[in-house]
Amino acid sequence: MIIHISHDLQREISEQLEATYPNEGGGFLLGRGEADQVQIVDIIQVDNVFDEAEQHHRYAMRPQDWMRLEDMADERGLSLVGYYHSHPDSPALPSEYDREHALPNFVYIITAVMMAQASDMRAWQLRPDRSAFDELKIAARRSLTE
Amino acid sequence: MPKIRIPTPLRAFTDGEASIDVAGSTVGEALSSLVEQHPDLRAHLFNDAELRSFVNIFLDDEDIRFMQGLDTEIAGDDSLRIIPSIAGGLD
Repeated sequence: MIIHISHDLQREISEQLEATYPNEGGGFLLGRGEADQVQIVDIIQVDNVFDEAEQHHRYAMRPQDWMRLEDMADERGLSLVGYYHSHPDSPALPSEYDREHALPNFVYIITAVMMAQASDMRAWQLRPDRSAFDELKIAARRSLTE
Repeated sequence: MPKIRIPTPLRAFTDGEASIDVAGSTVGEALSSLVEQHPDLRAHLFNDAELRSFVNIFLDDEDIRFMQGLDTEIAGDDSLRIIPSIAGGLD
C-alpha cells in the first residue's frame, strides 16, 4: 500500500502537531482509496477531547466528529481514509493503545514531535486479524491532482 | 426493516455496502443480524460478547450507551449507525 500526500498537507500536519506540543494532536485524512493506493486530498484538524491532564500521551475525538466528517466526505465524493496524530517526544511507532483502538482498512499516520519539532512521519495499517500494524510507504510530492 | 450504516473502513467486510438491512427489535438483535450476514465484522465490533469500547452505536443522534444499551428497542424504520471513537496515544 502506498500513501500519496502533498508536501503542503504534510507541512500542515506538522505545523498543527508542533502547535499542540507537548500534548497530542490529530485529525482526519480525506481522500480516495483504490486497490493498493490511497490518495490524501485534504486533512481536517480535530480537537483533542481526552482529559486535559492526559493529553500529553492520549488523543481522542468525539464520535460526533466522525459522523459529521463522514457525511461531509460523502458530499464531496471523498472518503475518510484515515487519521493522524502525534507522539510527543516518542517515536512514530504505533503503541498497544493505538492497536486496541484501531480499525483495518484505515490509514494511521503517526508523527513524532521531538522538543516541539515534527521529526518523523510514518504511516501504518492494522492487519485484518488485529494482531499488528504494517508500515505503509508514504509517497510525498509537491502537489497532487484531485 | 431497520438499517445499520457502516463506517467507511468496515465496508470492506460488507462487500462495499454502506447500509445493511437487519432483522430484530432491539439494537443487540440488529447487530447479531448484521454479523450473521457479515461474520468478518464481528472481531472489529465485539470483544467476546461486549461491544468494543471504541465502537459506538447511534440511534438517530443518540448514543445507545445513554439509552438502554443493546436492549434499546428499535422499530422497523429505524436507522442505526456504527461510529468508531478515534483514539490513540503512547503506551
